[in-house]
Amino acid sequence: MTGFFAFAWDSLPALLDGAVVALGLWVLAMILGFVVALGLTWCRVYGNRVLYGLATAYVEVFRGTPMIVQMFVIYLGLPDLGIVMSSFAAATVAMAFNSAAYQAEYFRGAIQSIPSGQMVAARAIGMSRFDAVRTVVLPQAMRRVIPQWSNEAILELKFTSIAYAISVNEITSHAYEIGYSTFRFFEIFIVAAVIYLAMTTVVAQVLDVIDRRVRVPGLGAQAAERAGA
Amino acid sequence: MSEPLLRIEDLHKSYAGTEVLKGISFDLERGETKVLIGPSGSGKSTLLRCVNHLTRPDRGRIVLDGDEVVDNRINAIRATIGFVFQDFNLFTHLRALDNVAVGLWRVRGMDRRSARERAARELERVGLANRAEAYPAELSGGQQQRVSIARALAMDPRIILFDEPTSALDPELTEEVVEVMRQLAREGMTMLVVSHEMGFARSAADEIIFMDHGVIVEEGPPEKLFRDAQHARTRDFLRIISGSHAQEEGAS
Amino acid sequence: MSIYGVLLDQLPYLLQGLGIAVLLLMALLVVGLVLGLFFALVEIYGPLWARLPVYALERFARGVPAIILLFLFYYGIGNVYAIPSFAAAVAALGLRSGGYQSQIFRGAIQSVPYGQMLAARAIGMGRMGAVAYIIVPQALRHAIGPWSNEFSAEFKDTSLAYVIGVIELTRQAHYIISNQHGHTLPVLLFAAVLYFVVNRFGNSLLYRLEDRLEVPGFERRS
Repeated sequence: MTGFFAFAWDSLPALLDGAVVALGLWVLAMILGFVVALGLTWCRVYGNRVLYGLATAYVEVFRGTPMIVQMFVIYLGLPDLGIVMSSFAAATVAMAFNSAAYQAEYFRGAIQSIPSGQMVAARAIGMSRFDAVRTVVLPQAMRRVIPQWSNEAILELKFTSIAYAISVNEITSHAYEIGYSTFRFFEIFIVAAVIYLAMTTVVAQVLDVIDRRVRVPGLGAQAAERAGA
Repeated sequence: MSEPLLRIEDLHKSYAGTEVLKGISFDLERGETKVLIGPSGSGKSTLLRCVNHLTRPDRGRIVLDGDEVVDNRINAIRATIGFVFQDFNLFTHLRALDNVAVGLWRVRGMDRRSARERAARELERVGLANRAEAYPAELSGGQQQRVSIARALAMDPRIILFDEPTSALDPELTEEVVEVMRQLAREGMTMLVVSHEMGFARSAADEIIFMDHGVIVEEGPPEKLFRDAQHARTRDFLRIISGSHAQEEGAS
Repeated sequence: MSIYGVLLDQLPYLLQGLGIAVLLLMALLVVGLVLGLFFALVEIYGPLWARLPVYALERFARGVPAIILLFLFYYGIGNVYAIPSFAAAVAALGLRSGGYQSQIFRGAIQSVPYGQMLAARAIGMGRMGAVAYIIVPQALRHAIGPWSNEFSAEFKDTSLAYVIGVIELTRQAHYIISNQHGHTLPVLLFAAVLYFVVNRFGNSLLYRLEDRLEVPGFERRS
């Protein structure tokens, strides 16, 4: 029976393979979720009653049901309708749709915290609504939303572990396999925990740096508070 | 000659390298009311907070009724000193009556019922018996400050410190608070007041102390200071203060 | 059998699973509340030698995915003592909730204006008395809003106890799917609906609690 550190070292390659999968899953899901969220946000902020209703229903449903159930529905349930996809794809789609709901909430809040005068001024110089949103409102809202978006991103990174339930070969799956074959469950999961902590810390740092790089004086979470957001 | 109630000896305090109190000394006799005036940054509020060690002085002594104010008995000492804050600082989650009573049952160890009875009497003293059940957020600024005075009175303080009690109030609301303070002075309460209320200073103060840049520039009875101040700085300050007040009165 | 027949037939099991989930939720929230308050008070008022380990534990509880924590408790304690999966779930999810609730309480305590502490000390209250009677009562009222969010999140996370064999709603749904063929989607959707409805119900209860505790001076979150 080798010591803990030797065991950890031996298990590392397998777990890091899983980490790569998890990161891939995460990046794809965040990007896809971001795009969907933008659409949802438009519907809820600038859309008519029907669009608002549909988008809000979407947000409520995806925020009100567990991630694991969403993954099961997409991976195990959709085949009933003839929609079959790999476990990785199903996990990506589920996480993307889930994340989109949360991102949409944060975007909506951030946009609504931008003073209406900004939009008015943009229209006054002749911009279309779409243009005004794209060049005036969105850049400001995006900066305001960074802290919450960062939290959401880190949350989703941890959610990749749920893909274990639909047999995606990410970190938790590999860890479980190693635990199962060596019976050293506790130790392998400690290693897995450390890897997750390392990943989330690095991501948090990177996002923090980005936050500081794009900061504009007078615009940010603190400015939002001062303005009474 | 008996011991003064409050003796401040050579008080020094520095913040971040800047000396805010540069050796303050004065006495307060029992029953006296003294008003501290001076420009912002002169150290008046800091001085007040040093008396009950809400701010710890760097050097100097504070002696209250023969006992030196030291940290290892600070809770017991603070229970005998009343402090009225500029921002009232009423306990937001308690009704007015409980705000006044909480010190009695938490600090003095009274039972709740007696504490509330005593609190009701203090509220009546400041004219707010009918608002005993109100929460601070439901009271006007002037009413909140009066409750805060009642809270201090309930503890049977030997002295009450007032830190700019009316500065956060709208002009129409200051009179109700100043009136309570005048009444207390008449009743013989020992009071040390930091304020810009020149009306109160003139009519109720036994002595006015003018501070600037951390030192006492001049002190004396109101009539003497207002009519015939020795230092140019004092005269300048008084002129500015009285001038702005005269403008307010003229405009109303 | 038609899908409605299946659902009707299996309803008792699904409801049983829902019941277990709610029970798990209640238990883990209580554990999380006690831990969370403790962590928060230590982190704000405690000495350095206590703050550091508490902060580290809190970071660990929040930064490690729930599934990993569930496995750690189940297999970790399981090495020494055969712990039932429900208990392991309560411990794991309770600790994690403690980490999140500690953040909530810390924010709530820090949002109580400093003047409140000053006024309490000025009338001679000791530090602990001031915290207990003046700071915490106000902080708890500030905490209700974020706490409702935590409630929702934890309810959904009870579904993760599935991986260590707790027979809550999701596992019941999975059993049904394995036994019946071709009705996977409706069963899963039905389970989702159950989660959604109970979540909403819980939120509305908390909303009403917030109303009851509302005191002039504590603006409710919009």
